[in-house]
Amino acid sequence: MKSNILTIIKKEFNRVFYDRQLLFTTVILPGLIIYFVYSLMGDAANKMAQSDREENVAVQVENLPQSVAEAFKTLGDNVSVTEGAFTKPEIDALNDKSVNRLLVRFPVQFDSLVNVYEPAQGLLAPNVEIYYNSTNTATQRIYSMVCGALNNYENSISNRFDINRADSKEMRFNQADDEKVSGMILSKILPILILMMLFSGVMPIAQTSIAGEKERGTIATLLITPMRREELALGKILAISGIALLSALSSFIGIVLSMPKLIAANGGGELSFSYSTTDMAILLLVIISSVFIMTAAISLLSTLAKDVRNAGTLALPVMFGILFVCLISMFQNSVSNSLLYDIIPFYNSVTVLTALFQHELHLMNAAVCIAANIAYTLVSVWVLTKMFNNEKVMFSK
Amino acid sequence: MDEILTASGLCKTFNLSRKQQRIERTNARQKVAVDNLSFTAYRGEIFGLLGPNGAGKTTTLRMLSTLIRPDGGNAIVDGQSIVNEPEKVRAKIAFLTSELKLEDFFTPNYLFDFFSQLHGVDSAVAAERKAQLFSRFGIDKFAEVKVANLSTGMKQKVSIVISLVHDPDIIIFDEPTNGLDVLTARVVTDFLRELRSKGKTIILSTHIFSLVEQLCDRVGVIIDGRMVACGSLADVCNGLTLEDRFFELYKEVKGNEE
Ligand SMILES: Nc1ncnc2c1ncn2[C@@H]1O[C@H](COP(=O)(O)OP(=O)(O)OP(=O)(O)O)[C@@H](O)[C@H]1O
Ligand SMILES: [Mg+2]
Repeated sequence: MKSNILTIIKKEFNRVFYDRQLLFTTVILPGLIIYFVYSLMGDAANKMAQSDREENVAVQVENLPQSVAEAFKTLGDNVSVTEGAFTKPEIDALNDKSVNRLLVRFPVQFDSLVNVYEPAQGLLAPNVEIYYNSTNTATQRIYSMVCGALNNYENSISNRFDINRADSKEMRFNQADDEKVSGMILSKILPILILMMLFSGVMPIAQTSIAGEKERGTIATLLITPMRREELALGKILAISGIALLSALSSFIGIVLSMPKLIAANGGGELSFSYSTTDMAILLLVIISSVFIMTAAISLLSTLAKDVRNAGTLALPVMFGILFVCLISMFQNSVSNSLLYDIIPFYNSVTVLTALFQHELHLMNAAVCIAANIAYTLVSVWVLTKMFNNEKVMFSK
Repeated sequence: MDEILTASGLCKTFNLSRKQQRIERTNARQKVAVDNLSFTAYRGEIFGLLGPNGAGKTTTLRMLSTLIRPDGGNAIVDGQSIVNEPEKVRAKIAFLTSELKLEDFFTPNYLFDFFSQLHGVDSAVAAERKAQLFSRFGIDKFAEVKVANLSTGMKQKVSIVISLVHDPDIIIFDEPTNGLDVLTARVVTDFLRELRSKGKTIILSTHIFSLVEQLCDRVGVIIDGRMVACGSLADVCNGLTLEDRFFELYKEVKGNEE
């Protein structure tokens, strides 16, 4: 009994490992693609930010008041600030995207105007005009800096109260731990990324291994051996899951390797990634059990399908189902602890992973989720066996 | 004589799809492919099922080899029922038909080992058997070539060898010489004689009269799913050539219908 299952698993792995093309597309390519796409994205974002910082931008200020002169000096090394009036044609010239120039016009006597202004009078406040071209990212950046500086100045002169002013480093207002904050970000993206990665690993392998063998007539050759159908069903599901996990592992490595570049591009902030070994073990178990249930679902559909093409069509609803539960979980603010949710296939994996990344997972939920996934898989093996025994399913053309 | 395979009252009806109804130009929703078919094969003989296209030969052999279940009737293969103990039957037979394919990606060498394991053959025995069968069919030369790159004749040889990994006593062979040139066909028929001389029983199906005359000890003639004559070649022919006798039988059956 056991040896037949092993024989089948070995054959499926040999199929992938000795076929260089298949090995490349199922195991190596997913990781490579993710690594290159993410790295390129990170690099491009990095470069853009870098080159903007290096571009020289000229800022010309009309009626520069004493009060903010200091702020304009600290805009950066490659920003040259000059004083002087400008004309309408000069403003129109900014329409050319390649001109790195900002024109700022203060009202005459800005400081005294600001001093006498009372909002309660209902008159319009003094206005600063800043002319720039937002499609030129270098000037756009300086524009933001000038606005920031002026807003700061405005706050400083009319300050009536502060919110969350940290007078010392020890003062914390946001009581969430840092790891929970980054957990919040991870918990929204990672479960979806993981499930999609797993699914894209399972789908092609289950389809070639079952619908493909049916289409090519090679599964019939297996069916006339004395091997029991249960052994074939279990062997297939274990083998497909194993190969899909390898493919997922490859995607995972791709993500991990490209992570530094992505983080650097997003302002270089540090993403605190602090999960315990228990967390990691649960993560692994949830991933494995999810791969099992996905494999089971796609295998059943592939067995019903006439050929690989048909199997692809039948798998679409499953894919949309997974997408759907991912979306639901994305728009849910809090994770429910109800064990009932943990027996809904796919949805249970998403919620458990979300809770895990948010450091809010109850072990019971994870246990129910994993047990449910394995139970569904075992039921699927039983159904698959029935299908292998059914000539109408196996030999329909 | 030792009865090794007895089919009694085998029946098989297929549901026809719309497409099939059009092809067969019929409005019937069902097709009776095999209709109450009975025969016996004896140990050490070559038994031929002879019949025109669509007579139900392949369907009969698929039932005997447990690929599909009969709707009625049963067959006992070396003491085991095809209905109740299909796994045990599969361990005793080899089945060869164009429907069963070998995976293109693997080599004859790999596939022989793979199927030996599934049949539970001891690895030393399997290795010896492989060496002997591979040299008998000249497979040594392409033992490491992927099945995808083999010619039809080479594939047929590999299929035969792989169906015999467990040295079965009964070989069920659908259209043994279909698609083969005279040279390869000769290799196959010679091998079937060799198997018979070793005491194996061979059930084959064909629509080629000469093949039956050259090879078979006994023959069953199937027309429209029914066995219209069965016995030793001489008994069935009744003094005529097999071809003439077949047309006589055919007219009897078809004449009655109209
Ligand atoms: N799976 C099936 N579904 C529907 N009809 C079928 C099926 N298999 C066979 N038939 C029908 O049963 C009849 C017998 O088919 P079978 O293949 O047994 O004939 P055969 O004697 O092997 O013919 P040939 O010499 O052409 O191979 C045919 O009319 C065929 O169309
Ligand atoms: Mg046929």
